[in-house]
Amino acid sequence: MAKFHVTATVNGEEVEYLCDPQQTMLDVLRDELNLTGTKEGCSSGDCGACSVILDGRLVCSCLALGAELDGAKIETIEGMAEGDELHPLQQKFLEEAALQCGFCTPGFLVAAKNLLERNPDPTETEVRYWLAGNLCRCTGYDKIIRSVLDVAAEMRGS
Amino acid sequence: MGYEDKELKWVGTRQIRPDGVDKVTGRANFGADLNLPGMLTGKILRSPHPHAKIVSINTDKAAALPGVKAIVTGADMPEMPSEMAQAGEGAVNFRYLSNNIMAHDKVLYDGHPVAAVAAISDAVANEALSLIEVEYEVLPHVIDVEESMKPDAPVLHDTIFTAGVEPKPEKPSNVVMRVQMGFGDPDAGYEKSDVVIERNYTTQPVHQGYIEPHAAVVEWTENDECRIWCSSQGQFMVRTFTAKLLDLELAQVRVTPAEIGGGFGGKTTIYLEPVAALLSRKSHRPVRMVMSRDEVFRATGPTSGTAMRVKIGATRDGKIQGAEAELKYQAGAYPGSPVAPGCMTAFAPYALENVKTVGYDVVVNRPLSASYRAPGAPMASFAVESAIDELAQELGMDPIDLRLKNAAKEGTQAPYGPKFKSIGYIETLEAAKAHPNYNIPLGPNQGRGVASGFWFNIGMQSSATVNVAEDGTVCVISGNPDIGGSRASLAMMAAEVLGVDYNKVKIIVGDTASIGYNDVTGGSRVTFATGMAIIQAAEDVVQQLRERAAMTWDIGVDAVVWEDGFARPASANAGDFKPLSLADIAAKAGRTGGPINGKAAINARGAGAGFGTHICDVEVDPDTGHVTVLRYTAVQDAGKAIHPGYVEGQMQGGVAQGVGWALNEEYIYGEDGRLQNPGFLDYRMPVASDLPMIDTVIVEVPNPAHPFGVRGVGEVPIVPPLGATANAVSHAIGKRMTDLPLSPPAIVSALDS
Repeated sequence: MAKFHVTATVNGEEVEYLCDPQQTMLDVLRDELNLTGTKEGCSSGDCGACSVILDGRLVCSCLALGAELDGAKIETIEGMAEGDELHPLQQKFLEEAALQCGFCTPGFLVAAKNLLERNPDPTETEVRYWLAGNLCRCTGYDKIIRSVLDVAAEMRGS
Repeated sequence: MGYEDKELKWVGTRQIRPDGVDKVTGRANFGADLNLPGMLTGKILRSPHPHAKIVSINTDKAAALPGVKAIVTGADMPEMPSEMAQAGEGAVNFRYLSNNIMAHDKVLYDGHPVAAVAAISDAVANEALSLIEVEYEVLPHVIDVEESMKPDAPVLHDTIFTAGVEPKPEKPSNVVMRVQMGFGDPDAGYEKSDVVIERNYTTQPVHQGYIEPHAAVVEWTENDECRIWCSSQGQFMVRTFTAKLLDLELAQVRVTPAEIGGGFGGKTTIYLEPVAALLSRKSHRPVRMVMSRDEVFRATGPTSGTAMRVKIGATRDGKIQGAEAELKYQAGAYPGSPVAPGCMTAFAPYALENVKTVGYDVVVNRPLSASYRAPGAPMASFAVESAIDELAQELGMDPIDLRLKNAAKEGTQAPYGPKFKSIGYIETLEAAKAHPNYNIPLGPNQGRGVASGFWFNIGMQSSATVNVAEDGTVCVISGNPDIGGSRASLAMMAAEVLGVDYNKVKIIVGDTASIGYNDVTGGSRVTFATGMAIIQAAEDVVQQLRERAAMTWDIGVDAVVWEDGFARPASANAGDFKPLSLADIAAKAGRTGGPINGKAAINARGAGAGFGTHICDVEVDPDTGHVTVLRYTAVQDAGKAIHPGYVEGQMQGGVAQGVGWALNEEYIYGEDGRLQNPGFLDYRMPVASDLPMIDTVIVEVPNPAHPFGVRGVGEVPIVPPLGATANAVSHAIGKRMTDLPLSPPAIVSALDS
């Protein structure tokens, strides 16, 4: 089976990879590019653990094919901090104990960052519906939602 | 040593967890993240039938496929004797465990493993599975617990004769055992009662729902060591179970715990490790196995579905005179439902004179049930708390007042035998009653429910090491996977005892070769029991630090005290010496006797019983039957909250799982005995837009058995939500709802009837 040769930009760096036709973007990120921060929870787009930003849009990377990504711009959890500086959402999640097992956390952070870029002043309901595609079984969402609202307020104030 | 009277610097604060930055940057390694050179992919072929004999398995075509490196079937697994053995949190029968991991002669549920392959890629492995030919002789199956108890039901195991009944049955059946406990005479109690409530209740099996599917990497080395990296609730549990099932010595198996992406009890057992080990031994290459979500639903977890009857009688003053419950729990394909803890916990919040619980463990053609957070308690509590609520209604009493009237306290005999030591149940009721949530007026179609819950909490075995580095930093080794922030609470207790900065304490979770034995991360035991081991190991360090200071000053060790991280002369009489910090002493350790390392290995006793009381407000849409949770307040006695943020998190997470259990989650089987909703779209766990903020109140009635007063907190929070939510819905629609889940169709149907 011939492999596809793909050139894409991941977290600001150009990468090249070969992938099988049936490999998803998630498979490529984890297995070909060794970016294992993006997690696989269901492979059907229902849990959001594999959330990434594809050309500015929040997507489940398990629902896109690796072969389709030639020329695409992809942002993953590994690109969220800038050098030694955590993104304010990452810092807030730590301070507020907004993670327990931490498995869904990369997906929530990627999704929440994308929300705040689109809507810097979301209501609680807007945050809850935006993050409704990300499952968390540990926290009951309370501390996650509070963290996102707090960061939104802080980022507006700064 | 007690710390209650001391001013605490770290315990009770909200520190950032030591593993936190790795987890928010995607660097933390979970079960599926390890990639070894030459690693193969392992995949499992599963039965499509709920009950069938395996006539033959032909793997020739699969083996001939290029890229296939090994194939395993039940014939490769050593025969296990049918005997119960103590392991992890409870007893396990290794014959059943082995047969559940790889079927030997019969398949007992849709999803039961029958063969496994290791291949060079996912695609090749999947193709190989499709080439394995299994001939089945399909048998009649049974899914429902009460159907399974009938005399003419298809029998799953011809070796099961109901235990706990006299005379011993002559015919095998699906009823594994009958348990009974209690004291007094409930019937005499009902005769004295003015009001008697009696109802039947049912609940459906629910999955633990961890977001990380089971995953393991195994490398069978050429010098016959079985190396395992996996996500579990106990690396020592994985070692014990894998060694047993493969007939290996324990020291031959080395298990390194990966980060664990949720477990809730469901990862206190194994599914993949022995299979991956056999595949690795045959292929001479490391093998990684990761379950799909479909496999997780069809073949792991869940907890039992139930059919229950509860009867409670009380006099007009609200005093409960008699209470009984009959609990029938689905075990799944092999024995082992949590019906016994269901019986023990059902009435535990109440001081009763006449109480009886009877339980039945029943096998059915479903996946073998696994522990789920307070195993067995939430369902029994749902039935009892519903009956208590109805009793309050009939008596015209406030439901919290009725509970206060009958509340267990220190000295109350629990329905399962012992007398409670210091407990904080009444304190949770009083805090709930005083909470603003309890007095917010309700509108049309709205209802408020209250329920309480109990869990024993456990202690058990823990080992800990505290190593002091030459520069005065401290390394703690724990033996329990950190499932929800326990590294933080454990390091905080070490920092408190040593009197050093929390940020100078590093903590790792050791592999099975680098730390002594630890029981699983479960039973709400880690902060209590492993915390106690770490406190004792840190106290061992303090003792050595005092000895080194005494040697330096040439005075007796009794004349040296350890305060705020410094050795000081106990009094002016001891001499005038400049205090020595931990770092001062550590720097000279080599010249004063060698490295300073503390150790403790304990079987922790005195886990304090935990109680919680919850308030749930809902609104029901009478047209669609949809339930909106408006408000939720959870009150719980934590003994002492080491890290309040993570205690609140346990409470909030338990509530979310319990609300899901009450409102939406269920396994749906077709007539063909196949699971119809093995995915997150159709198995509907709560998402962020389904829930409100979850208010928490931490009550602290210290556990006298723990130096800081800790009680376990992880399990209690899932016990009350089923009852609290169902009671709220019942009040909102004016009809008593007794069958979970309270999904929209169930509510519409109740409103129409």
